[in-house]
Amino acid sequence: MRKGVRVGAPLFPAALALGASFGVLARTAHLGAVAAVFMSATTFAGSAQVATVSVLGAGGGVAAAVAAALLLNARYAPIGITIASSFRGSALRRFTQAQLVVDESWALAGGGGPRFDRRVLLGVGSTLWVGWVGGTAAGALLGHAIGDPSKFGLDGAFAALFVALLAAQLTTSRRTVAAIGGALIAVLLIPFAPPGVPIIAATAAVLVGWRRT
Amino acid sequence: MSAAWMAVLFVGAGTVVLKSVGPVGVAHRRLPARVDQLLGLIAPSILAALVVTEAFASGRSLVLDARLAGVAAGLVAVLLRAPLWAVIVAGAVATALVRLVS
Repeated sequence: MRKGVRVGAPLFPAALALGASFGVLARTAHLGAVAAVFMSATTFAGSAQVATVSVLGAGGGVAAAVAAALLLNARYAPIGITIASSFRGSALRRFTQAQLVVDESWALAGGGGPRFDRRVLLGVGSTLWVGWVGGTAAGALLGHAIGDPSKFGLDGAFAALFVALLAAQLTTSRRTVAAIGGALIAVLLIPFAPPGVPIIAATAAVLVGWRRT
Repeated sequence: MSAAWMAVLFVGAGTVVLKSVGPVGVAHRRLPARVDQLLGLIAPSILAALVVTEAFASGRSLVLDARLAGVAAGLVAVLLRAPLWAVIVAGAVATALVRLVS
C-alpha cells in the first residue's frame, strides 16, 4: 500500500485542485458544503459528480441528474469485473476496498492486466480520496476566495494524464488495436449519445481479441 | 429532503453498487480463459475513450480547444519518458498558456 501511495502522490495536487473546482461548482448549484463533501466521500467519481451538480444547477431535476451521473459511472461495472479476481477477504472487505476504484487508481495498478497490483490500487485510491474530499471541502468553504481553479488548465492536465495512463496500456499490438477501436467508437458516439454511453460502448472494442487466442 | 440531497444520495448509492459489482459479485468465480483475455483489453479501450472524452468532448459535441495543447504537451512528455507529475504539469501549463493568449 505504501508503494501505491508513492505511485499516486503525483496525482494528489491534481485531485485536490479538481476537488476544489467541484466544491466551487457545487455551491453555485445550491448544494451545501456538507452535501458536497458527503458526495465526494461516498460517490468518489469526479465526472459523475460534476455532471450531477451541472444538471441540478441548470434546473434539470433530480431524475435527470441521477441518470446522467450513473451513465457516466456505468463503466465501473466492467472495470470492477477486470479486477474482481484480485480482491481477497470477506464480502464486506471487498465491498469497502472496491470504493477506492477510480479510473486513475485502476489504470496505475495495471488496469486489470496480468501484473495488476491491488495494493497499488488501494494506495493510489486512498491518496486520491484524501485529495478529492479535502479539495471539495476547501472549494465549498473558501470558493469565493480562491476563484475557479479550473482556469489553470486543469482540464488539459487530466487529458494529458489519461494519455499517459493509456500509453502504459499499449504493450501489445492487440491492445493497441483495442485502444484505436475504443477511441473510434467514442468519437463516433459522442455527438449522438448522452455522456458516459460512448465510454461504455468503447468496451465493444475488446471483441478484436475474439478471433486469435 | 431537498432535491440536492436526494440527488447526492441516489448517485452515491448507484455508484457504490456499480463499483462493487465486480469485486463483490464476481470475485470468487473462475472465468473462462477466453473471457479473461477479453477483459484484459477493457483497459486500453476504456482509457482510449477517456482520452477522447477528456480532450475533445464538450457535452455532446466534439471540439478543438486549448485542451488539445495539453494533450500534445502530455504526449511529448510521455514520449520523453517523463514522470507522471511532469506529464500532468505539462498538460496544465500548455492548456493554460493557450487559453491565456487566445
